[in-house]
Formats: sequence, structure tokens, C-alpha cells
Amino acid sequence: MLEVRGVRKAFDGFQAVAGVDLTVGKGSICAIIGPNGAGKTTVFNLITGHLRPDAGSVTLNGREITGLPPHEICRLKIARSFQRTNIFPRLTVFQNIQAAFLSHRGHGLNLFGNVERYYRAETETLLGSIRLSEKAHEISGFLSHGNQKQLELGLALASEPELLLLDEPTAGMSATETHETIALIERIARDHGLTLLFTEHDMEVVFSIAQTIVVLHQGRVIAGGTPAEVRANPEVQRVYLGERGR
Amino acid sequence: MSRPPWGLLAALAALFIPALGSRFYTFVATDVAIMALFAVSLNLLLGYGGLVSFGHAAYFGIGAYACGILMKYHAVPFALALPAAGLIAGAFAAFFGFFCVRLTKIYFAMLTLAFAQIVWAICFKWNSVTGGEQGMPEIPYPDLGWAARLPGLGTYRAGDHFYMLTVALVAACLWLLRRVVRSPFGRLLTTIRENPERAEFIGVNVRRHELIAFVIAGLFAGIAGGLFGIFNRGVFPDFAYWPKSSEVLIMTILGGTGYFYGPAIGALVLLVLNQQITSYTQYWPFILGTLLIILLFAFPGGIVGALSRLGSRLGRARRA
Repeated sequence: MLEVRGVRKAFDGFQAVAGVDLTVGKGSICAIIGPNGAGKTTVFNLITGHLRPDAGSVTLNGREITGLPPHEICRLKIARSFQRTNIFPRLTVFQNIQAAFLSHRGHGLNLFGNVERYYRAETETLLGSIRLSEKAHEISGFLSHGNQKQLELGLALASEPELLLLDEPTAGMSATETHETIALIERIARDHGLTLLFTEHDMEVVFSIAQTIVVLHQGRVIAGGTPAEVRANPEVQRVYLGERGR
Repeated sequence: MSRPPWGLLAALAALFIPALGSRFYTFVATDVAIMALFAVSLNLLLGYGGLVSFGHAAYFGIGAYACGILMKYHAVPFALALPAAGLIAGAFAAFFGFFCVRLTKIYFAMLTLAFAQIVWAICFKWNSVTGGEQGMPEIPYPDLGWAARLPGLGTYRAGDHFYMLTVALVAACLWLLRRVVRSPFGRLLTTIRENPERAEFIGVNVRRHELIAFVIAGLFAGIAGGLFGIFNRGVFPDFAYWPKSSEVLIMTILGGTGYFYGPAIGALVLLVLNQQITSYTQYWPFILGTLLIILLFAFPGGIVGALSRLGSRLGRARRA
């Protein structure tokens, strides 16, 4: 469903991504791992249009989307969450999710309707599935970190995506929160038949839910395959798993 | 919980000011009503979109000149000239805004200021059209003879009739603006204020959205300007000069950017204080500066923010 071919991106001469190829099949759960600075987030930003690749192409279901602006890309059933929590902090939880529905269903230019009448039921349902119903009317900026991450997931889901990109969905979470969030993501991906591409630093998480794993190192793909293949790959053990063991 | 319709009540109460019989009160009230519309239009950008415009006076000035020129030189009736002033100001806002929304934060603010200075310079120098430095005095009053024939209004002066018309028009414009901020468009505008990067990735076309808000704000500023030119019996380049932009910015912040009617309250307080204090002392700017400093440190939510916090504290105390 998603094909990334030879994308490159340099920042002031630093080659952050040096020709990455990536294929994500429909309905699969794919993880990108790699040490800090390997280029994981940059790859995400290249896919979602936040950055324009210097070279290479990104195609979604056979359609070239390279260099489209983010607001157009996210109409193509791609949604993402961000590594640094990225919500609308002074709006309530309800308003956050409702805004995502308003935008995705094309009400952005509706100047005279009463916003309170739109997508109440949809918003309530989605809040239920991300387990935030009870906090619906709290100001989202005051939520716990774990709840904010859940809300971000909700913002992504409101677009009814087919492909969901999650950048470090459990970053900064406690062990319990991590466990709950991963269970939630897995359930939602299954229920909605989502294709999932995520980056993650917690190896336990990666090996427990990913069907395929791509290992980035210094802006290049050094290995890819099933968790078992990746685990057995000597190159991976040397640059990544080995480093962690030291 | 339904709240009393404060806006409507205030508009109705305002209609009775001429009944007090003071020419001076009516004069100040007209000024307040017009500036309230100007400030609320700015707050669509500042409070809802998070966009700081240092050049909102440009659209006020353009509206004033457009309405004045149409009425004075082309004998266009007020009923057409005022909407035209709004549309012309909106068209300029669309053109200037096209460039402004390509920038963010302080660069956006600086570009709005730059365009406003260009507008001012043109008004100041283009003698054959704008009257240049001398401005354009003697804008004709709209023909409000019909108002005198309405039951109960016959005894009022023309200035009172114009005031009542102004209150009705401002109320109608505020009602429209309120619809806009409560619409899906308005809600998505607040997502841009909160987090433009994220707004883009729930599918909001941020630049286009900002541009539309800029045009709407410019349009209503233009209507306020058109009214002000008539009220002032003349249009002058000062209308588009940067102190006018900062005056409206101060009103907006003074009243509270987080509340729809905040800027209107700011306009009321600033203009009334100005009238009162200048009759005692010539140091009005000094007092204004001191007030602003106190406000910014003690009441960052503006006057309405402070009142609403006080209100909720009292409500809690009563329940406890």
C-alpha cells in the first residue's frame, strides 16, 4: 500500500536520510527501529509531506504523493501521530476530536453553521474507543502525558485512515501506560483493519506487535524482515542491539 | 445552561442612550460602538486565529475612504456605499493577506504593518483622490429623514438617528461575526491558533483558512471605517496610520482576547477613560501606559477575563 523508493534528505549538508526504500503491505504492522538520529522521524516527515525529499518517491496505492502538502496527504487516508505530543492544548478533549472530524469531513469552510451541532455522536464514540470519554470536557493541555498520547491517537483515527503512522507512540510513558497503549493500538488496528507503520524505542513492544521490522542506521536501511530475521541479522546485532547491550 | 443574551441586551440598552438627552453621551457612544466593531474584527485574527496584525488600521482606513469617496464625489447612497466599503476593504485584505499568511508570527505582524504603512502613504500623498494630507472633510451625512418619521423618533437630532443606525448595524455585524466564530470554520481557526502544524495534519489548509479569516476581519474593519468617516464628518490619513492599529490592538488586549465581546468592552473602557481622564489631566498616555502594565501582569485575560474569573469564584463561594 505504501511504497517509499530511494528517498534522500539532507539538512545543511548532514545526510539525515540517505536513500531509504520501504514497502508496507496492506493490513500489516510494520516497525521502523534504529538508534537515535537514525532518521526515523525524518522518514515519517518525508512520507507525510512535512518535509520534501531531495530525491526519491513516495507512492500510496500506486499514486505518487511525493512533495504534496500535509493537508492534502492526510486526505488520502493517511494519519499520523507525532513524537512530541501534538494536540490543541487549550481546547477540550471533545473539541480536539470534533475539530478533526470537522476538517476531515470537509466542513472547514462552513462559516455559519453552529459548531455545537456537528459530529457529537461520532466524537463520543471515538472518545469511547480511545478510553477518554470521562475526560471529554477537560482542557486537553492539562491531561496526563499518557492521556495526551491517547488523544493524539484519537486525532489520527478521526480521519478514518487506512494507513496510520505513529512516531514513538509510547515515548515518555510508564511501563503500565506503555502496556495499555500498545494493547489499545493493537486492538484499534485490528478493529479498523488499519495498516500500521510505527517507530518505537522499546524493543519489547516492537517484537511483540510488529509483523515486519525495518532497521535504519545513519539514514540507511541496514536490515528488514520478520522479527525473527531481524533478530538474527548480525549487522543489526552489531550496530543496534549490540550497542544497547554494551 | 443557557446564558442571558448579553450582546442583544447591551444593544437594546445602547439604543436608549440618546433618550438621556446629552449630545456628548451620544457622541461618545457612537465612537464606542464603531470602535467595538473594529476591535472585535481584529480579535477574529488575534484571539481566534492567533495572528497578530499590526496593520489592521489599513482596512479601517480603506473602508473610510471608500465610503467617503463614494458618498461625497459619486453621490452613492449610504445603503450602498457602506457595504461597498466593506467589500473594498475585504478585497484589499485578500490581496495583502495573500502575502501575509505566507509568513508566521513576528514576520506576519511586520508584513501587515508594512502593507498598512503603504496604504497610509498612498492616502497621505494621492491628493487628487484622497485629499492627501488635508484629508477629505465634509463627508455627507446619510439621509435619515425616514428615521424622523418613525414613531417615537421624531424628536431626536440627526446625530441621534445616525447613532441608532450605527448601533443596529454594529449589532448586526457582531451577530454575523459571532456566527463565524461559532461555526466549524471558527473552531478550526482556533486549532490553527493552538497548533498550526497539527492543524495542517488534521487536514486544515492553514494558509487558506488564515486568508479567509484575514478577509473577514478586513471586511468588518472596513465597515467600521466607513461608519467612522461619516461620524467624524471627514476621513483623514491618520485612520490608516500605525497608531490607529496599535489603538485597536490595545482595546482588544485590554478587553480580553479570549472572549468574543472582550474587545468591545476594551473599546468602551478605553474611550470612556480617555474622555474622563483628559478632562482632568494632560497625562493620558502616561495613565494608559500604567494601566496597560498593571493589566498585563495582573490580569492577562483582560478585563473580561478578570471579571469572568471573579464571577466563577463568587459562584463557587455561593455553592460551597
